[in-house]
Amino acid sequence: MVGGRAGVSPIRTMTLNMGPQHPSTHGVLRLVLELDGEVVVKCTPHIGYLHTGIEKGLESKRFQQGIPLTDRMDYLAPLSNNLALVLAIEKALGITVPERGQTIRVMLAELTRIKSHLVWLGTHALDIGAMSVFLYCFREREQILDLYEAISGQRMMSSYFRVGGLVADLPPGFEDKVYAFLETFPDRLAEYEALLTKNPLWLQRTMGIGTISRDDAIALGLSGPSLRACGVPYDVRKAHPYSGYERYQFDVPLGKNGDVYDRYMVRLAEMRQSRRIASQALQRLQPGPINVADPKLVPPPKQLIKRSMEALIHHFKLYSEGFHVPPGEVYQPIEAPKGELGAYLMTDGGNKPYRVHFRAPSFVNLQALPKMVQGRLVADVVAVIGSLDIVLGEIDR
Amino acid sequence: MSEFEARVESREEVQAMAESLVLQRLREQFGQALLEVRVWRNETTVVLAPPDLPRVCRFLRDDPDLVFDFLADVTGVDRLRLPESSPRFEVVYHLYSLPHRRRIRLKVRVDEGQAVSTVTGVWPTANWHEREVYDMFGVPFEGHPDLRRILMPDDWEGHPLRKDYPVEASPKWWGEEPA
Repeated sequence: MVGGRAGVSPIRTMTLNMGPQHPSTHGVLRLVLELDGEVVVKCTPHIGYLHTGIEKGLESKRFQQGIPLTDRMDYLAPLSNNLALVLAIEKALGITVPERGQTIRVMLAELTRIKSHLVWLGTHALDIGAMSVFLYCFREREQILDLYEAISGQRMMSSYFRVGGLVADLPPGFEDKVYAFLETFPDRLAEYEALLTKNPLWLQRTMGIGTISRDDAIALGLSGPSLRACGVPYDVRKAHPYSGYERYQFDVPLGKNGDVYDRYMVRLAEMRQSRRIASQALQRLQPGPINVADPKLVPPPKQLIKRSMEALIHHFKLYSEGFHVPPGEVYQPIEAPKGELGAYLMTDGGNKPYRVHFRAPSFVNLQALPKMVQGRLVADVVAVIGSLDIVLGEIDR
Repeated sequence: MSEFEARVESREEVQAMAESLVLQRLREQFGQALLEVRVWRNETTVVLAPPDLPRVCRFLRDDPDLVFDFLADVTGVDRLRLPESSPRFEVVYHLYSLPHRRRIRLKVRVDEGQAVSTVTGVWPTANWHEREVYDMFGVPFEGHPDLRRILMPDDWEGHPLRKDYPVEASPKWWGEEPA
């Protein structure tokens, strides 16, 4: 206790530096903890160690060129970042991607969500001391990385979504691979659940820990699973559907207590819903165009360039000058695995963005950490950080 | 027009109608304070004079018809390279109403050194966002509880997202690296 009896000098608190290089801070996050014994009196996060000036970099790149930079924000869910940026540019251009393009985007966005949640579950369990879950989760994540590799040749930073559609159509046999993964995934989920959901050690470490009330969560701008674990039914896919999410049937899992355990349950349930959406998308896939039919936005097929003068000119213009976007500003939110990822784009009529800003969900969610850990033990800090599912690449941008 | 396109259009219409209600309420309440209103791509932007910002924010949060209880984002723009570049900085607020599912964008414009009132008292989440704007653009926030740099080191010189800041590294810092 700080204070103490009259006449006795108050017990001094100890300041502990947790991070920036600490395995449980999920990257380079530094927390300055003021401790009274093992109890956290005050927690001050220090961020910025991974600041790479992505927003500044985007200002000097043409619209299409900026997409690979966004992969590096939330590097566990690169396609979600691509999606936010390309949707914002498409909104400013006033174009809509054809149905097949949108369906593929939804399917991959949901696989990305599963992939991101798998890393969260594995590392979160590892932080609390359950080693085997990590190995199982990475086994399934590997399958999704293989799917990424099949579509783009890249396992992580795939930059598969482009303004106006996709970089290429799905390779032959891709649907079967997705189908095979989705078929086995529920059994895998059951395996994780068997290890954790009713495990007494897990319950002790997560139930009633890092609790945040509904009102505080809203006031602090929490979004995604962390907000829904407090019982707030806000999901951008339902509230403001994009890419045709209004055509899919899925539920928004909600928690009640807003503690570490509820955040765990919400994310597990979300993986089931993502699987549901992805299999619906798989059924909806019809042959058709994947890109908008505008040669000023989408490069022509390679074969055409050799035969058509016009295609050659379009190709040259696209790769030397790019396209121009009418002046204005848009804010495009999407439901990324971590929460509301918003892309704010301001254009001045040129071929580069005038200003791009990302409302990074991890950045906002991390702000709630001091409130969640105050008065709790140091060991709980580790559990709470894991349950917030932060990625420092996105926080520092 | 396919069924899909029709559905997209009707959704956007509903949204546009709902947003006009927000504008109507704002005009009734503040009239002169709205310097500029622009609707583009179904998004509403309202430009305010800096002194009016806190009371407009409070009204938007507390009015039972509007309830903008969720501050999604705060960011800045350096208008130096825009045709109209004075005042130089713009602070942009993206508000969201969870019960009504509406969005609105507020803006205030200030010149170099001029402060903007903080909205941390209205939405605590503004704390880090405002620190980021301060760090990246050098716009101070009056009444902010903890106005420090957030992404750059405390002793960094300059504000990286300003348009006159070089895209490559700050020359000063590179110069000081030991050989």
